[in-house]
Amino acid sequence: MTAVTAPSAVPVGTIRSRSTRQVSWSRRAPLLPALVFVVVVTQVPFVVTIWYSLNSWNLVRPGSRQFVGLANYVHVATDVQFRTALVNTVVLTAGTVIISMVIGVALAVLLDRKFLGRSVVRTLLITPFLVMPVAAALLWKTAMFDPTFGIVDYVLGPLVGHVVWLSRFPLASVMVEMIWQWTPFMMLLVLAGLQSMPTDVVEAAGVDGARPFAIFRELTLPHLRRYIELGVVLGAIYVVNEFDSIYMMTQGGPGVSSTNLPYYIYERAFLGFDVGQSAAMGVVVLAGTILVATIALRLIFTSFTGREEAA
Amino acid sequence: MMAATDTLAAPPRAATRPTPAIRRRRRPGIGNVVWGVVAWLVGILFFFPVLWMVLSSFKTEAAAYTNVPQFVFSPTLAEYRHVFSSGVGSYFLNSAIATVVSVVAVLLLGTPAAFALSLRPIKKTSDALFFFLSTKMLPIVAAIIPLFVAAEAVHMLDNVWTLVILYTAMNLPIAVWMMRSFLLEVPSELLEAAEMDGARLWRSLREVILPVVSPGLAATALICAIFAWNEFFFAVNITAARAATVPVFLVGFISSQGLYWAQLAAAATIATLPVVLAGWVAQRQLVRGLSFGAIK
Repeated sequence: MTAVTAPSAVPVGTIRSRSTRQVSWSRRAPLLPALVFVVVVTQVPFVVTIWYSLNSWNLVRPGSRQFVGLANYVHVATDVQFRTALVNTVVLTAGTVIISMVIGVALAVLLDRKFLGRSVVRTLLITPFLVMPVAAALLWKTAMFDPTFGIVDYVLGPLVGHVVWLSRFPLASVMVEMIWQWTPFMMLLVLAGLQSMPTDVVEAAGVDGARPFAIFRELTLPHLRRYIELGVVLGAIYVVNEFDSIYMMTQGGPGVSSTNLPYYIYERAFLGFDVGQSAAMGVVVLAGTILVATIALRLIFTSFTGREEAA
Repeated sequence: MMAATDTLAAPPRAATRPTPAIRRRRRPGIGNVVWGVVAWLVGILFFFPVLWMVLSSFKTEAAAYTNVPQFVFSPTLAEYRHVFSSGVGSYFLNSAIATVVSVVAVLLLGTPAAFALSLRPIKKTSDALFFFLSTKMLPIVAAIIPLFVAAEAVHMLDNVWTLVILYTAMNLPIAVWMMRSFLLEVPSELLEAAEMDGARLWRSLREVILPVVSPGLAATALICAIFAWNEFFFAVNITAARAATVPVFLVGFISSQGLYWAQLAAAATIATLPVVLAGWVAQRQLVRGLSFGAIK
């Protein structure tokens, strides 16, 4: 009690030895509300999902629920559509993240120069990221990719002929829309990375006669590495769970040609009412995500803890 | 140019000739003008779809449906009138409640957590952080069925407070990450002073640390608000007529109105406007928040 009333007079060591347990609790207690909340709302459902996945349960047939063990998983393993959705998810995620990062780096390099109206151009460029995803998908489906009065057809029609983009290239069309939305995000991260770069090194290299491209490859890219990693990991977190674009633009079709895993599971759960099977798919996706996430998080962790120690 | 070939092979720090000013001065000029024009063109290209949406929203349906895009037309507010008369107000209210309340809840829960995680000697800090971010990576679609069943069991389907709870949980992990990185910028003496005096921890948190980190809090709040306002998956699956938010309104507008692009464009513009304006105004906070505070 005395230590509490006059803490500043007591040396640090005394407090630590007084009651380490109490101190460590006062440190950890503020963490608990958030931790408990996140566990209850986001983790408990996953455990329940595992239980559901062991049952056969169709929502439209009351009383149909029964324990079936691993039968749902056997079904998932032999589901060709599930495999298509898996491949689509990988293609969509990798394609979107990689292409928007490449464009993002190029735009960031462009914006790193001084020119008239630079802040206006930056504002124009970040806008796609701010547009509500549902509205963006609607915009691309209706105004851009429409076969009769869409802008894409108007511009590319004379070159490649009349194309019904959303049914000829459904996955690529969705990807174009998502790249449009995610490029600004990548650009902002990389631009901030560029602007944090020490200018003297670059100038010295420039003085030394190194070509701009050589400077970019030898100095700029290594510096940008952790920003690029951060953008890739954060982008992938969101893109791998993408639902809105597919729901709005193609409904996963034609067939399952543009169905990704989130959309497929949604279809099975909310349109097919098959709880057991969609739960089993959810668990499979969950396991895969944990595997990939562990690797990805390690990646940004090394670059970030490294950064903090250096700072 | 002649020097370029032989110096390229040498490491950059071997540069010893101190003639920086002369070469630097020559750069800005015609080259920068060219790149500036390129940047403007690309910026307009990226912005064009949004511009087109806004333009279309001021057109009549007939003018919006043309094979050749029309840039000159006589603007009309008819489509906006139509959207407002279709009862968009209650959807806006739901979105506002879900966004504002969830952001406040995120800050209230997340700030102490981030504070605890930014104190250096705590063990398992990276484990806790790892856990928080990993929850963000899990496919939300795998959790929606139990959430739906649970909400139904407690009669909270189609209830805006269910959205508040879900949005809080959805944003909390990234918020904790962001705010921890902002707290790490606070001088460690400040944090240690707060930490030593356990009984007055809350007071020092409020009076000493919060003023220092408030820009970071603003960035965090902005990002969480954007994600909450734009969220569609939860909203479409657990709400119906009463608690539906703006994105759900937009989607419902399509099916009920068919393909009336001018009208849809007006609805989409209204739905998008709050976040776009907020993002434009707070660009710096946006960058700080999006990079989890890694970028100052």
